Amino acid sequence: MAFAPPARHLLRAKDLADARYFDALTVTDLARAAGLSQAHFSREFRRAFGETPHAYLLTRRLERAAALLRNTDRSVLEICLAVGLQSVGSFTTTFTRVYGMSPTAYRATFPPAAQHALVPACVIRAYGRPQHRTFREDSVPAGT
Amino acid sequence: MIKIANAQLWVHDQDEALAFYTQKLGMEVQVDATLPEMGDFRWLTVAPAGQPDVAIVLMAIPGPPVMDAETAEQVRTLVAKGFAGTVFLTTDDCQASYEELRSRGVEFTEAPEDRPYGIDSGFRDPSGNSIRLTQVRELSPA
Repeated sequence: MAFAPPARHLLRAKDLADARYFDALTVTDLARAAGLSQAHFSREFRRAFGETPHAYLLTRRLERAAALLRNTDRSVLEICLAVGLQSVGSFTTTFTRVYGMSPTAYRATFPPAAQHALVPACVIRAYGRPQHRTFREDSVPAGT
Repeated sequence: MIKIANAQLWVHDQDEALAFYTQKLGMEVQVDATLPEMGDFRWLTVAPAGQPDVAIVLMAIPGPPVMDAETAEQVRTLVAKGFAGTVFLTTDDCQASYEELRSRGVEFTEAPEDRPYGIDSGFRDPSGNSIRLTQVRELSPA
Protein backbone atom coordinates (compact mmCIF):
# COMPACT_ATOMS: atom_id res chain seq x y z
CA MET A 1 0.00 0.00 0.00
CA ALA A 2 1.36 3.34 -1.02
CA PHE A 3 1.77 6.26 1.34
CA ALA A 4 -1.53 7.89 2.26
CA PRO A 5 -1.90 11.09 4.28
CA PRO A 6 -3.71 10.57 7.62
CA ALA A 7 -6.75 12.46 6.27
CA ARG A 8 -7.34 9.61 3.79
CA HIS A 9 -8.34 7.37 6.71
CA LEU A 10 -10.65 10.04 8.08
CA LEU A 11 -12.29 10.27 4.66
CA ARG A 12 -13.04 6.53 4.87
CA ALA A 13 -14.99 7.20 8.05
CA LYS A 14 -16.82 10.14 6.43
CA ASP A 15 -17.66 7.97 3.41
CA LEU A 16 -18.98 5.29 5.77
CA ALA A 17 -21.33 7.84 7.36
CA ASP A 18 -22.54 8.86 3.89
CA ALA A 19 -22.95 5.27 2.71
CA ARG A 20 -24.52 3.64 5.77
CA TYR A 21 -26.30 6.43 7.68
CA PHE A 22 -29.51 4.32 7.55
CA ASP A 23 -27.97 1.60 9.72
CA ALA A 24 -27.54 1.84 13.49
CA LEU A 25 -24.13 3.38 12.84
CA THR A 26 -22.26 5.03 15.72
CA VAL A 27 -19.13 7.14 16.08
CA THR A 28 -17.42 3.96 17.31
CA ASP A 29 -18.06 2.35 13.91
CA LEU A 30 -16.68 5.44 12.16
CA ALA A 31 -13.56 5.40 14.36
CA ARG A 32 -13.03 1.74 13.46
CA ALA A 33 -13.28 2.56 9.73
CA ALA A 34 -10.51 5.11 10.22
CA GLY A 35 -8.46 2.67 12.29
CA LEU A 36 -8.22 5.08 15.24
CA SER A 37 -9.26 5.08 18.89
CA GLN A 38 -12.52 6.92 19.40
CA ALA A 39 -11.16 9.92 21.31
CA HIS A 40 -8.27 10.40 18.89
CA PHE A 41 -10.59 9.89 15.92
CA SER A 42 -13.12 12.51 17.03
CA ARG A 43 -10.35 15.05 17.56
CA GLU A 44 -8.69 14.36 14.22
CA PHE A 45 -11.97 14.29 12.32
CA ARG A 46 -12.89 17.67 13.73
CA ARG A 47 -9.49 19.06 12.84
CA ALA A 48 -9.81 17.81 9.25
CA PHE A 49 -13.45 18.60 8.53
CA GLY A 50 -14.37 21.31 11.04
CA GLU A 51 -17.08 19.42 12.89
CA THR A 52 -17.30 16.36 15.10
CA PRO A 53 -18.11 12.96 13.58
CA HIS A 54 -21.23 12.93 15.76
CA ALA A 55 -22.42 16.19 14.18
CA TYR A 56 -21.51 15.00 10.69
CA LEU A 57 -23.44 11.73 11.03
CA LEU A 58 -26.44 13.49 12.56
CA THR A 59 -26.64 16.20 9.89
CA ARG A 60 -26.20 13.56 7.15
CA ARG A 61 -29.24 11.76 8.60
CA LEU A 62 -31.19 15.03 8.79
CA GLU A 63 -30.25 15.92 5.21
CA ARG A 64 -31.51 12.52 4.02
CA ALA A 65 -34.67 12.91 6.11
CA ALA A 66 -35.29 16.35 4.59
CA ALA A 67 -34.87 14.88 1.10
CA LEU A 68 -37.37 12.12 1.92
CA LEU A 69 -39.81 14.72 3.27
CA ARG A 70 -39.51 16.70 0.03
CA ASN A 71 -39.54 13.78 -2.39
CA THR A 72 -41.77 11.10 -0.87
CA ASP A 73 -45.07 10.81 0.98
CA ARG A 74 -43.66 8.49 3.66
CA SER A 75 -44.67 9.24 7.26
CA VAL A 76 -42.39 11.10 9.67
CA LEU A 77 -41.93 7.91 11.71
CA GLU A 78 -40.98 5.89 8.64
CA ILE A 79 -38.51 8.57 7.56
CA CYS A 80 -36.99 8.75 11.05
CA LEU A 81 -36.33 5.00 11.00
CA ALA A 82 -35.21 5.09 7.35
CA VAL A 83 -32.33 7.43 8.18
CA GLY A 84 -31.06 5.32 11.08
CA LEU A 85 -32.63 7.23 13.97
CA GLN A 86 -34.55 5.32 16.62
CA SER A 87 -36.71 7.88 18.45
CA VAL A 88 -39.25 9.89 16.51
CA GLY A 89 -39.53 12.30 19.46
CA SER A 90 -35.88 13.29 19.44
CA PHE A 91 -35.84 13.23 15.62
CA THR A 92 -38.65 15.80 15.52
CA THR A 93 -36.97 17.95 18.19
CA THR A 94 -33.58 17.90 16.47
CA PHE A 95 -35.05 18.44 13.01
CA THR A 96 -37.07 21.41 14.23
CA ARG A 97 -34.03 22.98 15.87
CA VAL A 98 -31.82 22.58 12.81
CA TYR A 99 -34.34 23.49 10.09
CA GLY A 100 -36.34 25.98 12.14
CA MET A 101 -39.62 24.15 11.55
CA SER A 102 -41.16 20.74 12.22
CA PRO A 103 -40.77 17.91 9.67
CA THR A 104 -44.43 18.29 8.69
CA ALA A 105 -44.13 22.04 8.21
CA TYR A 106 -40.91 21.53 6.22
CA ARG A 107 -42.67 19.10 3.91
CA ALA A 108 -45.44 21.63 3.27
CA THR A 109 -42.91 24.39 2.52
CA PHE A 110 -40.83 22.48 -0.03
CA PRO A 111 -42.88 20.59 -2.55
CA PRO A 112 -40.80 18.47 -4.96
CA ALA A 113 -38.87 20.85 -7.17
CA ALA A 114 -38.48 19.80 -10.78
CA GLN A 115 -35.51 22.11 -11.32
CA HIS A 116 -33.47 20.06 -8.82
CA ALA A 117 -34.06 16.89 -10.77
CA LEU A 118 -31.02 17.08 -13.03
CA VAL A 119 -28.47 18.05 -10.41
CA PRO A 120 -26.29 15.04 -9.44
CA ALA A 121 -27.21 13.32 -6.19
CA CYS A 122 -23.70 13.84 -4.79
CA VAL A 123 -24.16 17.60 -5.16
CA ILE A 124 -27.59 17.53 -3.47
CA ARG A 125 -26.12 15.58 -0.57
CA ALA A 126 -23.17 17.87 -0.13
CA TYR A 127 -25.03 21.17 -0.46
CA GLY A 128 -28.27 20.06 1.25
CA ARG A 129 -26.67 19.01 4.52
CA PRO A 130 -27.63 21.45 7.25
CA GLN A 131 -25.28 23.26 9.59
CA HIS A 132 -25.42 21.57 12.97
CA ARG A 133 -26.81 23.58 15.88
CA THR A 134 -26.62 22.29 19.41
CA PHE A 135 -28.73 23.09 22.39
CA ARG A 136 -27.92 21.67 25.75
CA GLU A 137 -30.49 18.86 25.52
CA ASP A 138 -28.42 16.89 23.08
CA SER A 139 -24.99 17.89 24.26
CA VAL A 140 -22.86 14.80 24.34
CA PRO A 141 -19.79 13.85 26.34
CA ALA A 142 -16.50 14.83 24.73
CA GLY A 143 -15.19 12.29 22.29
CA THR A 144 -18.50 10.90 21.09
CA MET B 1 -13.96 23.72 -32.55
CA ILE B 2 -12.87 23.31 -28.93
CA LYS B 3 -12.97 19.81 -27.43
CA ILE B 4 -11.94 18.25 -24.14
CA ALA B 5 -8.67 16.33 -24.48
CA ASN B 6 -7.28 15.72 -20.98
CA ALA B 7 -8.33 16.60 -17.48
CA GLN B 8 -5.88 16.20 -14.61
CA LEU B 9 -6.15 14.58 -11.19
CA TRP B 10 -3.65 14.80 -8.36
CA VAL B 11 -2.70 11.36 -7.05
CA HIS B 12 -0.61 10.35 -4.07
CA ASP B 13 1.19 7.55 -5.90
CA GLN B 14 1.24 7.14 -9.67
CA ASP B 15 1.89 3.38 -9.63
CA GLU B 16 -0.98 2.80 -7.24
CA ALA B 17 -3.24 5.04 -9.34
CA LEU B 18 -2.16 3.33 -12.55
CA ALA B 19 -3.00 -0.11 -11.13
CA PHE B 20 -6.39 1.15 -9.96
CA TYR B 21 -7.43 2.89 -13.19
CA THR B 22 -6.26 0.04 -15.43
CA GLN B 23 -6.72 -3.19 -13.46
CA LYS B 24 -9.80 -2.20 -11.47
CA LEU B 25 -11.57 0.32 -13.74
CA GLY B 26 -10.45 -1.32 -16.98
CA MET B 27 -9.01 1.84 -18.55
CA GLU B 28 -6.02 1.78 -20.88
CA VAL B 29 -2.72 3.61 -20.63
CA GLN B 30 -2.47 6.28 -23.32
CA VAL B 31 0.89 7.79 -22.45
CA ASP B 32 3.42 6.79 -19.80
CA ALA B 33 6.49 8.92 -20.40
CA THR B 34 9.26 9.65 -17.90
CA LEU B 35 11.56 12.56 -18.73
CA PRO B 36 14.99 12.25 -17.08
CA GLU B 37 15.94 15.77 -18.20
CA MET B 38 13.01 17.11 -16.16
CA GLY B 39 13.81 15.44 -12.89
CA ASP B 40 12.10 12.19 -13.94
CA PHE B 41 8.77 13.93 -14.40
CA ARG B 42 6.25 11.28 -15.40
CA TRP B 43 3.38 12.17 -17.75
CA LEU B 44 0.85 9.40 -17.20
CA THR B 45 -2.56 9.36 -18.88
CA VAL B 46 -5.32 6.76 -18.91
CA ALA B 47 -8.52 6.58 -20.93
CA PRO B 48 -11.54 4.33 -21.19
CA ALA B 49 -11.10 1.54 -23.76
CA GLY B 50 -12.83 2.75 -26.91
CA GLN B 51 -12.61 6.45 -26.05
CA PRO B 52 -9.09 7.40 -27.12
CA ASP B 53 -9.71 11.14 -27.57
CA VAL B 54 -10.28 11.90 -23.87
CA ALA B 55 -7.86 11.04 -21.07
CA ILE B 56 -7.28 11.56 -17.38
CA VAL B 57 -3.80 12.75 -16.44
CA LEU B 58 -2.67 11.02 -13.24
CA MET B 59 -0.34 13.68 -11.90
CA ALA B 60 2.01 13.22 -8.97
CA ILE B 61 2.00 16.11 -6.49
CA PRO B 62 5.34 17.80 -7.17
CA GLY B 63 7.86 19.19 -4.73
CA PRO B 64 9.94 22.36 -5.01
CA PRO B 65 10.57 24.29 -7.19
CA VAL B 66 7.26 23.48 -8.92
CA MET B 67 5.30 23.48 -5.70
CA ASP B 68 6.69 24.60 -2.38
CA ALA B 69 6.60 22.02 0.38
CA GLU B 70 3.77 23.68 2.27
CA THR B 71 1.53 23.93 -0.81
CA ALA B 72 2.30 20.32 -1.74
CA GLU B 73 1.25 19.23 1.73
CA GLN B 74 -1.98 21.23 1.42
CA VAL B 75 -2.77 19.61 -1.93
CA ARG B 76 -1.97 16.13 -0.57
CA THR B 77 -4.30 16.75 2.34
CA LEU B 78 -7.10 18.19 0.18
CA VAL B 79 -6.98 15.13 -2.07
CA ALA B 80 -7.02 12.85 0.98
CA LYS B 81 -10.02 14.76 2.37
CA GLY B 82 -11.88 14.16 -0.89
CA PHE B 83 -12.16 17.84 -1.84
CA ALA B 84 -9.89 17.93 -4.89
CA GLY B 85 -12.57 17.27 -7.49
CA THR B 86 -14.79 14.67 -9.09
CA VAL B 87 -14.68 12.65 -12.30
CA PHE B 88 -18.07 11.83 -13.81
CA LEU B 89 -18.11 8.55 -15.76
CA THR B 90 -21.08 7.16 -17.67
CA THR B 91 -22.05 3.58 -18.43
CA ASP B 92 -24.77 1.84 -20.45
CA ASP B 93 -25.64 -0.38 -17.48
CA CYS B 94 -24.88 0.97 -14.02
CA GLN B 95 -25.83 -2.20 -12.13
CA ALA B 96 -23.68 -4.42 -14.37
CA SER B 97 -20.70 -2.04 -14.17
CA TYR B 98 -21.13 -1.80 -10.40
CA GLU B 99 -21.01 -5.58 -10.04
CA GLU B 100 -18.06 -5.91 -12.39
CA LEU B 101 -16.02 -3.23 -10.61
CA ARG B 102 -16.92 -4.57 -7.19
CA SER B 103 -15.76 -8.03 -8.19
CA ARG B 104 -12.39 -6.42 -9.00
CA GLY B 105 -12.20 -4.86 -5.54
CA VAL B 106 -13.53 -1.32 -6.08
CA GLU B 107 -15.11 -0.11 -2.84
CA PHE B 108 -18.23 1.85 -3.65
CA THR B 109 -19.35 4.66 -1.38
CA GLU B 110 -22.77 4.63 -3.03
CA ALA B 111 -24.44 1.62 -4.65
CA PRO B 112 -26.50 2.31 -7.81
CA GLU B 113 -29.66 4.25 -7.04
CA ASP B 114 -32.40 5.58 -9.23
CA ARG B 115 -32.31 9.37 -9.67
CA PRO B 116 -34.35 11.71 -11.83
CA TYR B 117 -31.44 11.95 -14.30
CA GLY B 118 -30.54 8.25 -14.33
CA ILE B 119 -29.01 5.51 -12.19
CA ASP B 120 -26.10 6.87 -10.19
CA SER B 121 -23.34 5.35 -8.04
CA GLY B 122 -20.03 6.52 -6.61
CA PHE B 123 -16.65 5.41 -5.38
CA ARG B 124 -13.17 6.83 -4.73
CA ASP B 125 -9.78 6.22 -6.22
CA PRO B 126 -6.98 5.22 -3.81
CA SER B 127 -5.95 8.85 -3.29
CA GLY B 128 -9.47 9.96 -2.31
CA ASN B 129 -10.67 11.50 -5.59
CA SER B 130 -14.42 11.13 -6.01
CA ILE B 131 -15.64 9.21 -9.06
CA ARG B 132 -19.29 8.99 -10.12
CA LEU B 133 -20.58 6.23 -12.35
CA THR B 134 -23.90 7.09 -13.93
CA GLN B 135 -26.27 5.50 -16.40
CA VAL B 136 -27.74 8.67 -17.83
CA ARG B 137 -31.45 8.62 -18.60
CA GLU B 138 -32.45 9.64 -22.10
CA LEU B 139 -34.28 12.93 -21.75
CA SER B 140 -37.48 13.19 -23.72
CA PRO B 141 -37.58 16.44 -25.71
CA ALA B 142 -39.50 19.09 -23.82
